[in-house]
Amino acid sequence: MSPSSDGTVPAEGKAPSQVHPRVGLFITCLADIYRPNVGLAAVTLLERVGCTVEVPQSQTCCGQPSYNNGDLDGAARTARHTIAAFEEFDYVVAPSGSCAGMLRDYPRLFEAEPAWRQRASDLAAKTYELIAFLTDIRGLQAVEADFPHAVTYHDSCHGLRAMGIKAQPRRLLASVRGLELRELPDAEVCCGFGGTFCVKYPEISGRMVADKATQIGETGAAAVLGGDLGCLLNIAGRLGREQTGVRVYHVAEVLAGMADLPGLGDPPAAGGLKDPTGPAGGSR
Amino acid sequence: MQSQSHAFPERAVHALHDQTLQVALRRAKDGFAVKRAVAVAGLPEFDALRDRAVQIKNHTLEHLDHYLEQYAEAVERSGGTVHWASSAEDARRIVVEICRAADAKMITKGKSMVGEEVGINDALEGAGFEVVETDLGEYIIQLAHEPPSHIIVPAVHKTRGQISDLFHENHQKYGLTRRLTEVPEMVNEARLILRDKYLAADVGITGANFLIAETGTNVIVTNEGNGDLTCSLPRVHIVTAGIEKVVPTAEDASTLLRLLARSATGQDLTTYTTFSTGPKREGDPDGPDEYHVVLIDNGRSTMLADQFREMLRCIRCGACMNHCPVYGAIGGHAYGWVYPGPMGSILTPLSVGLKEAGHLPNACTLNGHCADVCPVRIPLPDLLRTLRHQEYQLHLGAKRLRWGLAAWVWFTSHPRLYRLGTRVQARMLALLAGRKGRFTRMPLAGGWFRGGRDLPAPQGETFMAAWHRRQRDPGQRAQAQRNLDQREQAQREQGQ
Repeated sequence: MSPSSDGTVPAEGKAPSQVHPRVGLFITCLADIYRPNVGLAAVTLLERVGCTVEVPQSQTCCGQPSYNNGDLDGAARTARHTIAAFEEFDYVVAPSGSCAGMLRDYPRLFEAEPAWRQRASDLAAKTYELIAFLTDIRGLQAVEADFPHAVTYHDSCHGLRAMGIKAQPRRLLASVRGLELRELPDAEVCCGFGGTFCVKYPEISGRMVADKATQIGETGAAAVLGGDLGCLLNIAGRLGREQTGVRVYHVAEVLAGMADLPGLGDPPAAGGLKDPTGPAGGSR
Repeated sequence: MQSQSHAFPERAVHALHDQTLQVALRRAKDGFAVKRAVAVAGLPEFDALRDRAVQIKNHTLEHLDHYLEQYAEAVERSGGTVHWASSAEDARRIVVEICRAADAKMITKGKSMVGEEVGINDALEGAGFEVVETDLGEYIIQLAHEPPSHIIVPAVHKTRGQISDLFHENHQKYGLTRRLTEVPEMVNEARLILRDKYLAADVGITGANFLIAETGTNVIVTNEGNGDLTCSLPRVHIVTAGIEKVVPTAEDASTLLRLLARSATGQDLTTYTTFSTGPKREGDPDGPDEYHVVLIDNGRSTMLADQFREMLRCIRCGACMNHCPVYGAIGGHAYGWVYPGPMGSILTPLSVGLKEAGHLPNACTLNGHCADVCPVRIPLPDLLRTLRHQEYQLHLGAKRLRWGLAAWVWFTSHPRLYRLGTRVQARMLALLAGRKGRFTRMPLAGGWFRGGRDLPAPQGETFMAAWHRRQRDPGQRAQAQRNLDQREQAQREQGQ
């Protein structure tokens, strides 16, 4: 790979001065357990834009299950833990708009504790979702990767609305060789995951993800990409139930050129997507 | 109105299986969101208007006592009478008394959500009056004996076929026996019937979109003109309004009007915007002899004092429910009370209690679409989360969830154990899923599968374990170093 061709140049006026910022990778519980490849892809991308990546071993969960179910003390307990694990870094980066958004919300948990509130605010200020960090902070404009397939993209709600992530993944996907992006008609409509919502009200959640799966199918894409594993597990679960054959990958896997393995919920022996000569192909 | 919100899960499932309802919902869903988007795109200052609207509402709420008094004085000056109702019961009693004093028989009504909230119709019918809703949607659901399922399109859940049946059944008594199937025919028939009601009505009751404090004016918006006929033809006009409807000036009302229709139906303005101030004056060609305003608190002053004050900015446009995927899936009746969707999921527990309506704030994915489109920027997801917090503090939620959360917090506070536990879990699940790569069922995780979906299996190794392995591998570390070197070189080249 030619180093200058991947466009990894910090955007003017936005980039911090550090050449090699120390980035603490917040892996998120779902990526840690379900899809380590997302973490490895994140590390690859972060290193390509000059970051020194470290993975604090004491990290666990962002606290969102407690926060969104009304247990603010539990959320604060988890938050203190995360703050202590990550506050030494220049940046905290998570391959999830939802979990990064939670870290940005930490100051709200410490209204009555000024010292912790300050630490939470400091952490929130340097926390980013992976793709937004690569583009907005490190100025990444293109990646070095092949994915010769038609794909569609689901905008996860927290990334979209809390973190303003919409154009960034599309800009980078446009640089992936062979990739054709087919937009979903309701790309900004929730897939029905919603954390514990999906098990508290499974029938409603199921209807929402069924609608999403139908629209994904109608694009004719070979794969659906997204930036949050919660949504992707939900979507993959529905697509798998319908046996559509549509693959599900985290966008970082494709951008890092590491989507050469079965998608979420595919049989381990399925391998990567076959180079398309068939109808699902992305050749333009 | 009696709340059925405690039965939300059953009502929601019922709604999901109601094929007629699903047809109606699908038809409605795209229409509103698309129309709003077009209207907003056509108004470059839309976001600035929203900011202005928030300022107006916040300022008014901050000085609500002042503006209510100013409004009441202006109404009295124009010859009207103001009644203060602290509860729904008060409101019902006051309205019935006014109608009795007027010796009324027939009462026409314009659409009013606060009227639904306090149960005006039942009270009036119980007191022996004939009550006719004049908004076409409200008229339809009145025939069907149903509450509204949407705050601006109350009969959105009805299909044309159902309305045809309702008219056929209920209009026989007027000698209208032909079954109608086309929309224009049905509208004309309703118009024919309503026209006689307007002329026969002794009292007309409307809601209020805005109450203008400086002039004592009531503003209502309609698309059918039924509001004008309801407030100007009968001898007595009664305005029922929540106390949060007051705004300082006509200019402020105008700002909010620019947001209201665009957010609600995607119109620049509704077809009719009706301003009414006091009873008929000498020389006026029409208008009522008596003009009454019933200002209803019913819990609003409590909201004003607590962390839900922002909810009082709501101008009842319905954009939140038009963009809510949960509302879109189940419709309004599943919510079980007067106000559905995101705004209803906040107002209902505040009105009927969290014990009764605890499901509503939970039945939300916190996707934030509602707050995104709210013309007065109410942070609906935050308020829903605050209600969940109250529910948690009151120990009202499911015990199993509570224990589960406590166990998870404990687990995540012990990183070593967490590392071990997650490693075992990832490995076990991958092994159990085997060649299939996903689960179609699993003990203790029934909820996931009841959603009609499989559960993808983990890859097998946790990221933490994979990362550890990589850190110990000199080849991999060298690659990381090469990545950094390349990067530096790229920067040097860029600098030259």
